This record gives sequence, C-alpha cells and structure tokens, in this order.
Amino acid sequence: MSTKNKIEKVKTSNHSLSLGEGQGEAEYSTLNLGPTHPATHGIFQNVLKMDGEIIMDSESTVGYIHRAFEKLAERRPYYQITPITDRLNYCSSPINNMGWHMTVEKLLGVEIPKRVQYMRVIIMELARISDHVICNSVIGVDTGAMTGFLYIFQMRERIYDIYEELCGARLTTNIGRIGGLERDFTPKAWDLLDKFLIDFPPALKEFENLLMRNRIFMDRTINCGPISAERALNYSFSGPNLRAAGVDYDVRVMNPYCSYEEFDFIIPVGTQGDTYDRFMVRQQEMWESVKIIHQAIAKIKKEPEGIFHADVPEFFLPPKEEVYNNMEALIYHFKIVMGETEIPKGEVYHAVEGGNGEVGYYLISDGGRTPYRLHMRRPCFIYYQAYAEMIKGGFLSDAILTMSSMNVIAGELDA
Amino acid sequence: MEALLTAVESKLKAQFGDGFISSTMNVDYPEFVVKRDLICEVVDFLYKDEELAFQYLTTMATIHYPENAGQEFAVMYQLHNLSKNLRIRIKIFFSSSDVNVPSITSVFSAANWMERQEFDFFGIIFRGHPNLKRILNMDEMTYHPMRKEYALEDGTREDKDDKMFGR
Repeated sequence: MSTKNKIEKVKTSNHSLSLGEGQGEAEYSTLNLGPTHPATHGIFQNVLKMDGEIIMDSESTVGYIHRAFEKLAERRPYYQITPITDRLNYCSSPINNMGWHMTVEKLLGVEIPKRVQYMRVIIMELARISDHVICNSVIGVDTGAMTGFLYIFQMRERIYDIYEELCGARLTTNIGRIGGLERDFTPKAWDLLDKFLIDFPPALKEFENLLMRNRIFMDRTINCGPISAERALNYSFSGPNLRAAGVDYDVRVMNPYCSYEEFDFIIPVGTQGDTYDRFMVRQQEMWESVKIIHQAIAKIKKEPEGIFHADVPEFFLPPKEEVYNNMEALIYHFKIVMGETEIPKGEVYHAVEGGNGEVGYYLISDGGRTPYRLHMRRPCFIYYQAYAEMIKGGFLSDAILTMSSMNVIAGELDA
Repeated sequence: MEALLTAVESKLKAQFGDGFISSTMNVDYPEFVVKRDLICEVVDFLYKDEELAFQYLTTMATIHYPENAGQEFAVMYQLHNLSKNLRIRIKIFFSSSDVNVPSITSVFSAANWMERQEFDFFGIIFRGHPNLKRILNMDEMTYHPMRKEYALEDGTREDKDDKMFGR
C-alpha cells in the first residue's frame, strides 16, 4: 500500500511544480519607459510588455524632439544649414558639420587643400573621441560605475575647450565653412591640442583599467543585447554597432574623404555584437583616433603654413578688412550673405563616418539659393528600430544597458 | 562606374524587360529608373543576384516635383554592395493621384522606419508594410508636411517679404 501511495504523492508534487500551464491566462504588465526617464538618456518612449522582469514585447515611439530639419533646409541658403546639422548628433557636431561642407563641396566641385583636409581630420577625430567618451562612460554609469564617468568627462571638457578656441562654441559648434575652415588654428589651439594628446592616453587607460577586465562589468555586459551580423546588416546598422557584430564597414576606409586613405589605422571589430563588444569597439576606436590625430599633426607640419581654406572667393566669405577695402571682396561678401552664389544643378550623396555610423546627406539642387530637397541619413534613426528585436526576451535592466551602448542620440533620431 | 552602370542595366533589362525604364550616370553613383509596381521585385533581385548582391539599404528619400505632371513623386532607394563597395540609386516615379508603392520591408528590415518616415512626410502609401503609421509627427496631424504645397512660413503673415529672402 505504502509504495503505491508514495508514487502518487510524488506525481502530485511534480505536477504542482509546473504550475502555470493551463492555469488561466498569462498576466502581463505594461511599462512605460520614457519619454522622460533618466535611464533613456534622451526623449523617446518605449512601451514594454512585461512578464515580471522579462520583456515580452516592446514598441518604440520616437519624434518627441522632431524639428523638421529637412523642411527647414529647403528654405535656407547652403551656409545656413550648417547650424542645423549641429543639432543632429550633438555629441559629435563637428563631424556633422564637416559632412555637410563636404557634400556641398562635392556639388560645387571645390578641391580642398591638403592642409585643410588634415585640420578637418583632427577636428573630426576629436569629435569622435568626445562622442565615444560619453557613450562608454554612460555604459559605466548604467552598470553602476559612476567613477569612470566623472573622471573621463574632464577629457571631454578639454576637447570642448579646443572647439571653443577653434570656433567659439562648445556644443553646437557650427565649425568650418563651405570651402575650408573659418580661421586657422591659433597657437593656443595647437597648444591645447598638444596638452590634450599628452593627458588623454593615461586618462583613457585609467578608464579602461576600471572597466575593461572588471569581472562585474564583464558579467553584466557580455551577452547583453546581442545582434548577429546578418540581422545588423539587414537593419542597415553602421558605425561601431555594426562593427561590434563583426562587419568591418567603416566609411573612412571604404569611401575615403579628407585624405583618410593616407592614414594608418585599424578598424576594430567585435564578434558577438553585444554590449561588451560595442563598448570595446568604441574604446579601441578612441585609441585609433589618437593615432590619427598624431599622424595628421605630422602631415600638417609638412604643408605650407597659413592655408585654411580653398581659393574659392565666390563661395568662401572674404576677411572683413578685404570687404571694406576691396570692391570684389565686397561683392562676394554681399552675394554669399544674401545667398546669391551660383550653385550648380545636381544630385549628390556624401557620407562621413560619424560617431554612430554613416552620416549621409542626399542633396538635390535645382540651381536655386536653397536645396530643392535635402535628406539626411541619420544612423541612429535607422538602427534604433532594431531595439525592439534586441531586447525581446531579456531583462529590463539589460534593455537599459543595450540602449546606452547603442548610443541612441535623440537629436539624430528625430531630426 | 560605367562598368557598374552597364552591368546592372543589362541584368535589369534581361530580368524585367519593360519594367526597366532608364539609367543615368550621376556625379557620384549610377541611377536607374524602374516601374513603380516592380520595385520590390527589383530590390529583391538585386539582393539575391550573386554578382551584384546589393544587400545593404543605405537610405531612402521621397522627392516631390509638383510641376512634373503625372510624375509628381519620386522615391529614391540607395543600395550598397559592401563586399565590392558599389553603390547605386534606384528611382521610381508616379503620379500624386495614386501614391501606392509596394513595400520593400520583406527584403530589408531597415525599410520599416524609413518607409514610415516617407509616409509621415509625403503621404506615400507603402502596400504590404506591417505597421504603416506616422513616426516623427503626431498622430493627429491631417497632412503630410514635406510636400511642396505646404510652405514653411505661415501664408497669412504679411510682415515678411519673400521677394528678397527665401526661395
């Protein structure tokens, strides 16, 4: 009697272990992550369908800071569009600015002197460092490591000091002009740059030592929000997020601009496409950027001094003394400011490697004073749609980390 | 570039016959105009063709030409072959009276939000899109603001004279 009863008892208790099946409807709760939540680092909303702490499904809502840039651009002369591009990825505005200048220069067929190209490379690589510094230190913050963020931000401040010396602004830089740069690097700018290049590597190394081989950080980020290379390509990922998945696509190498083909640097790639790989790819890219800046400085020293723009008086604003004393300069000044420059008809696409990937401008000109149509390829907008797929089935805390490691910038998302 | 133009053109002609309309060489990339109804098949063909393998959708943009009677809208698809570094543009033209375009979301997942954006701003209806609704503008909006008939400035304002400034 006893054995039979025992078996039945065990069966009953086994059955009770798999409680849930056929016990009524599964219960899900809805969680609104955003639009204004400190953990989203920007203004966008995610409506999550949660089973306890597991995300079953999600929907992203974007557009909270949409500013109609493409429409605005149809009403502005070419030189007035640069400040709009600042506000796309505002963590690395100079890259957007340069991308826009190069697009217009491609349309106009303006050749830029080598020295100016190298100066632009320096500015763009500084911007890349400042962009990656923010992203990587914020990954640290989201995993609970505030220290790295606070220390490395001094270095971003130093980059902003250099911007300030170059163009007068810090965040929305409006740096450079169509045809070159607005002014030559001042001795103080060179000085700040040299000091930065001395102080930055130890600071970055220190930051790296805090996180890179940190057991807690690695356990937290490895296998968190991964995406395969095939899915990433199908979603048109670009930049560090694509490279973390293992695809070595970098616009600087594949379609070189600003003489990038003369520089010696590597494209770091990951394998898993998870948060740790994205972190590591950005980290390595900062080291590469430092290398590129050193090379650019060496190259500039070989170029004739004092050149900071191409010789295109019809597109590049003359210096003020010239305007007051020289008839031609006055005419060009007037024509440029009034947007009366001769812009050829045409259709161009130009892309640069931004902080987040391929920042492209698709420009159609009908010969008028403003673009007929300007479309901006914003990498964030394109890869953020994969977010729902990447966080599905994971924990809420991993979703936060995935978002910060993808470096979703609201300005670039919404345009 | 010229080689790419002829290669893609001959393949498209062989595959689609009348569906291929024209090709031009731009400053930067070759451009092909195809029939609107075939766009999904064309993109799919270029994706699967072993030689061309355009498997990366760089971007998409709609262009509105109000004066171009019968072909008021154009949608541009920019494709990229990452392994050989080839880029092309595919364009379709159609009338504003019929703004239905086959969706290419079945080929590229990235087209999802891109098409939603074009729908939002130009009112292009992408047939077969899984979730065609506004993306950047608010849902209550009743018009598609990037169309040329919607001026940027309020038309009733009299303090701004457009003779000297603006388009």
